[in-house]
Amino acid sequence: MSEHADQILPHGRVLRYPFLERANHWLAAISYIYLLLTGLAFWSPWLFWLAWLMGGAQISRTLHPWVGLFFFYAVMRMYGYWAPQMHTAEVDRQWWRSLNHYIQNEDDKMPPAGRYNAGQKALFWSFFYGAIVLLLTGIVLWLPEYIPWNLRWLRYLCVFLHPVAALFTIANFMIHIYMSVFAERGAFDSVIHGDVSLEFAKRYHPGWYAELIRRREAAASRK
Amino acid sequence: MSQEILRVQKISGHAGSVPGEDTQRQYTVCKLIDTTTCIGCKACEVACMEWNDLPFGETVFDNTYQTMPETRWNYWNLILFNEHEREDGTLMWLMRKNQCMHCADPGCLAACPSDGAIIQYTNGIVDFQQEKCIGCGYCITGCPFNIPKFNKETKRVYKCTLCTDRVSQGLEPACIKSCPTGCLHFGSKDDMKFLAEQRAKQLRDHYNFPNAGVYDPPGVGGTGVIYVLHDAKQPELYGGLPKDPSIPLSVKLWKGPLKWLGNLAMVGGLIGLFVHYLRYGPKDREVEVKEPHEGAQP
Repeated sequence: MSEHADQILPHGRVLRYPFLERANHWLAAISYIYLLLTGLAFWSPWLFWLAWLMGGAQISRTLHPWVGLFFFYAVMRMYGYWAPQMHTAEVDRQWWRSLNHYIQNEDDKMPPAGRYNAGQKALFWSFFYGAIVLLLTGIVLWLPEYIPWNLRWLRYLCVFLHPVAALFTIANFMIHIYMSVFAERGAFDSVIHGDVSLEFAKRYHPGWYAELIRRREAAASRK
Repeated sequence: MSQEILRVQKISGHAGSVPGEDTQRQYTVCKLIDTTTCIGCKACEVACMEWNDLPFGETVFDNTYQTMPETRWNYWNLILFNEHEREDGTLMWLMRKNQCMHCADPGCLAACPSDGAIIQYTNGIVDFQQEKCIGCGYCITGCPFNIPKFNKETKRVYKCTLCTDRVSQGLEPACIKSCPTGCLHFGSKDDMKFLAEQRAKQLRDHYNFPNAGVYDPPGVGGTGVIYVLHDAKQPELYGGLPKDPSIPLSVKLWKGPLKWLGNLAMVGGLIGLFVHYLRYGPKDREVEVKEPHEGAQP
């Protein structure tokens, strides 16, 4: 039986991320971590040792752009999978207003988030736009010798924008790792095995949970 | 000029201080190019290639005497020709020997991320160490004079070394040695500056060049290569010599405030998340804490 998103599984579990979405997530994750470590090596002399850790600075310089292409490809795939679910709804505006409750783990005081809460949507869009800026500026940094002298302003622009965009994604990345690995138990599992418990859905995505139950009941009544 | 081994003063992409910095004083060396006595013979171009054993590439003919449009990774010394028509309709044939300017405040070195790939000796020479170059090309962006050139095969960047090998042995650079008119001089920065000012005064007082002057741009902290120009107010006429060069603003912002803000934000973020974990912990912790309690309740 082929799997599909939101499929209710035995033992009170639901499929949140089908195989291709998971595989794509890990393509993005592994390439991003490589880009992060090699990028940080070029960012500061204090972190240049990271380049040696990653196989040498010359190799890092050569591979960083190519891995960047894989990362960009994965983010665009994510856009295809998830963009329709990432548009801001009224509940997201309420979510941002209740952010302090979210930070203090008072999730019962939060407005009912859907399949993705407002923070996850912000993460998605920041990586989507971040990846575009990183690609465009990265191409210029990749091949500086092809930029003629009278277009040098392009190099000046990109040499500044590339780290700005990278820092912007790093901020989001740190929160993403923290939330998925440390704060919400079950989240990290879901991006490996694909499923979450219905309790997880009810707890963190009540809007999504309600939708799942409604659909299950509708399906049951059709029988 | 020193007879001793060159000592390093600045290192690119280097964390911490420079070993041996300021332990010994060395003269700041300087090359003086008097454009008013250059005849465009290109002896310096040939001498540069010969001494540095550079493979010769194809020249480009574009209806001037210029060998090629700009310097290359294997052509570090290029005379730029410009036929300039003055206000009174007379012709001036301007020739400028173009090469690395050996800035006191080098943009290439500031932009370079690789530890020790670009160094500045205490005598002021800025030199690329190709074995440590990672080929990122940031130096190309940092340089206001369009000097560092990328070799697509070796993936390294090259430029004039001011013949560090010769200078460290007490010799003058190869270009200086080859000049037949004496328009090239080499010595300490103070001596060259004095000589240049003297020549500029001569041009102003006796040769009807009221704007004659010395090109030693302060925007890059002064340069290890200085020019005497007939018209110091229009350096652009000499093959696009920038009037007021400096390290590009975006490079300064990137290597200055952005780096510190970014580092602060990243370290602050890590600390913030760690403190959050200690203070509030994971979101479903109360489930673990409550459940055994609930089971224990009667």
